[in-house]
Amino acid sequence: MEPLQIAPGIYSVGVRDWTIRDFHGYSTDLGTTYNAFLIVDEQVALIDSVKAEFADELLAHIARVIDPRRIDLVVSNHTELDHAGGLARVMHRIGEEKPLYCSKMGAKNLARHFPRKWNYRAVGTGEELRLGRRTLRFLETRMIHWPDSMFTYVVEDGILFSSDGFGQHYAGPETFDDETGERILPHAKKYFANILLPYTGLIEKLLQQVEALRLDIRMICPDHGVLWRKDPGRILEAYRTWCRQEPGRRAVIVYDTMWHSTEKMAAAIHEGIAAEGVSCRPMHLRAFHRSEIVTEIFDARAVVVGSPTLNNGLFPTVADFLCYLKGLKPQNKIGAAFGSYGWSGEAVRLIEEELERMKIPRIQEGLRVPFVPEGETLEACRAFGRAIGRAVVESTAVPA
Amino acid sequence: MKRYVCQVCGYVYDPAQGDPDNGIAAGTPFEKLPDSWECPVCGASKADFAPEA
Ligand SMILES: [Fe+2]
Ligand SMILES: [Fe+2]
Ligand SMILES: [Zn+2]
Repeated sequence: MEPLQIAPGIYSVGVRDWTIRDFHGYSTDLGTTYNAFLIVDEQVALIDSVKAEFADELLAHIARVIDPRRIDLVVSNHTELDHAGGLARVMHRIGEEKPLYCSKMGAKNLARHFPRKWNYRAVGTGEELRLGRRTLRFLETRMIHWPDSMFTYVVEDGILFSSDGFGQHYAGPETFDDETGERILPHAKKYFANILLPYTGLIEKLLQQVEALRLDIRMICPDHGVLWRKDPGRILEAYRTWCRQEPGRRAVIVYDTMWHSTEKMAAAIHEGIAAEGVSCRPMHLRAFHRSEIVTEIFDARAVVVGSPTLNNGLFPTVADFLCYLKGLKPQNKIGAAFGSYGWSGEAVRLIEEELERMKIPRIQEGLRVPFVPEGETLEACRAFGRAIGRAVVESTAVPA
Repeated sequence: MKRYVCQVCGYVYDPAQGDPDNGIAAGTPFEKLPDSWECPVCGASKADFAPEA
């Protein structure tokens, strides 16, 4: 538990948020952590802060290592309030005049969060700061995932403080990857799929840039979840793979239903897809959280969306899901729409319009069934599913 | 006048609007922006912009 020495003179001083279950619309079933780090050298540096309501806990962790007033400078890698919210308390405690290192956009954006005129020192890629025995080197990572985002690298120890990059919303008794083993990877993947997906092009470039810098990375310390000390290459390799967004031979049926009719359609479509040898999970929008659904879609080729028509429109949960998915800009998907309706039946067309805006090509024209599907219309649903299954098989590699 | 898109963050420079917050008057074409001008959202340089498709 914190404070924990992770390298000589370098401490993990952040906090575990065991109880958070909704992180701005992302489901955090096991909570999360807000990691922060203290480097005790000739100059004492604090890397990142925590959510405002945990600032006192952060300061208590620091106080077990050193009097917080002895902190000489703060590095803020990212302005978002889960990492900067505690800055007001921290700066008040350590001295408001202490320098605060951040990117140029960080200085601009912090000023929009905090009225106090702090001593901002804007730094750019490649700039270094000597602490004494150790050197901090900064690397801007614009739009990964905010304009202000940056990494801080400790040259002598080979530690990369990577802000949200390589993070996971996971709070457990463990601090390091060797304590969790491979079971931390699904959490890292969910984080990637729900937070970083729109920026995969930039992340690929960043990974190439990091490779070209030939940094000796011995530990990667993100601001959420466990630290990668046993095998930082494992998460770098996973990111390289995930950036390609190569779909597996899988489909996801995402739907909601009012009187079980669209649900019956979903079941018959599922039968058809599975009959073609494609692995498929039906996901009811009020049974699965949108961030779970996106994680499932991340690995899939086909996104099949079903909605009843409610008052001439989409069912609200379906609209919510489509809005969320669109923002994440998923690549390499194909799609189809279906739904039961009473009298007007606009929902299927509205889903198709949204899929088109997402540049997700349509496998076939949407399937609409008036009121309750039975014999013939259920058969049509199975045929619809088989066509989706075949389209997935034709456009994906044989599963390994 | 052509609109230009920041390849880093997606911000669109619209010459009709300019960038008044940073002293660029409405009606300034992208080519006439000073070399020191930066994306007001993410700070990328002019070189990181491409004409809108
Ligand atoms: Fe963030
Ligand atoms: Fe974060
Ligand atoms: Zn930009």
